[in-house]
Amino acid sequence: MTYQFDFSVLLPYWEQLLRGCWLTILLSAISISAGLTIGILTALAKRSRFTTARIAAGTYVEIIRNTPFLVQVFFIFFGLPALGISFQPWSAAILALSLNCGAFSAEVIRGGIDAIARGQYEAGTALGLKPLQIFRHIVLKPALRIIFPALSGQFVLTLLTTSIVSSISAEELTSIAQSIDTLTFRSFEIYIVATILYLTMSFGFATLFKLIDRVYFSYPVK
Amino acid sequence: MIRQFGLPEALAILSGVQATILLSLIAFVGGGVVGLAVALMRTSERTWLQRCAGFYIDFFQGTPLLMQLFLVFYGLPVLGYKVNPWIAVAIGFTLHASAFLGEIWRGSIQAVPRGQTEAAYALGLSYASRMRNVVLPQAMRISVAPTVGFMVQLIKGTSLAAIIGFVELSRAAQIIASATYKPLLAYGCAAIVYFVLCFPLSRLSMRLEKRFAVKT
Repeated sequence: MTYQFDFSVLLPYWEQLLRGCWLTILLSAISISAGLTIGILTALAKRSRFTTARIAAGTYVEIIRNTPFLVQVFFIFFGLPALGISFQPWSAAILALSLNCGAFSAEVIRGGIDAIARGQYEAGTALGLKPLQIFRHIVLKPALRIIFPALSGQFVLTLLTTSIVSSISAEELTSIAQSIDTLTFRSFEIYIVATILYLTMSFGFATLFKLIDRVYFSYPVK
Repeated sequence: MIRQFGLPEALAILSGVQATILLSLIAFVGGGVVGLAVALMRTSERTWLQRCAGFYIDFFQGTPLLMQLFLVFYGLPVLGYKVNPWIAVAIGFTLHASAFLGEIWRGSIQAVPRGQTEAAYALGLSYASRMRNVVLPQAMRISVAPTVGFMVQLIKGTSLAAIIGFVELSRAAQIIASATYKPLLAYGCAAIVYFVLCFPLSRLSMRLEKRFAVKT
């Protein structure tokens, strides 16, 4: 092997790389929060009394789950302007990531809600709780407790998926790495560094979710 | 001169599906062979083998597929191998698939009741025979549903090859989109083709999962 590795050329760019990490984390956090909300609403819609709501939710979930994220983000960023709906790269990225995360978490959440026994609802009604209270305390929290490990896996996947929005020039770690690549021509080195940064972030996320699980979802219930 | 979006353009996008399917198959077969080795290492009794396989899996599950492709694509020439894009993406996706399949199959191997291994042990079967004749056939049944589910992931994942310039379904749609200025149609077409490929597999995976859940 004759190639000389030279990571030192990347040193001047450490601030940019750090900024890339921050943008990636921000992008993930926004999309995960929005995605979780969409996921809960979609899971509810799939169990709704109204056929239209069920069909709409089912169609949304199947379309997102069976097409690649790259095509989704291209469709939103390049396709929708033809209909007069245009976005900045970052907004398009957030929209695409939230919709993607929402569809995948909807399935996970639905599994959790299905696992809540019928008697639990009835007990809630018998205790005189209002529907919203029943949903919050008897359905949502126990359901989240059951599915939280699966859900956090999904959230880490969303973090990794953010790298794809570099293809619509939304600014995050991958796009910053690409621009450093064009300046330094040290492709292998910069992508090794970016990969290590992603690895660190995904382990960080996983640890954070484990912590949340332990504090918020562990017994005894506070 | 802007091209119109007509039947030839739709067919041009459709022709990209060949590369998508071929790439998915290569990744699945290659990933399957390496993945089996990873799964066997992960479930081996030797701690260092377990650790190596664990690290391998964590690496591929903790980094974006796009970065893995970039590393192979830019890394192979650096290591002195001049390869064509086909081989580069095939290697990239094979490594990626092997880690995920390895983890799925590890789970399946461990889901086979412990007594089965112990019985094979008591009968004096060798490791190879124990695995081939006792554990793996049972593990295979458990792993069918998640494996089919992963194939959907893999087919969707091959779209990322478009970013490094490999012409498959997504890249074909991109080319047609910029030639016709009809991105909505072009990406819509691509999305429909992916959906037609993935939806039956997703359904199959779900049905297999249910069938297995009833049996146990």
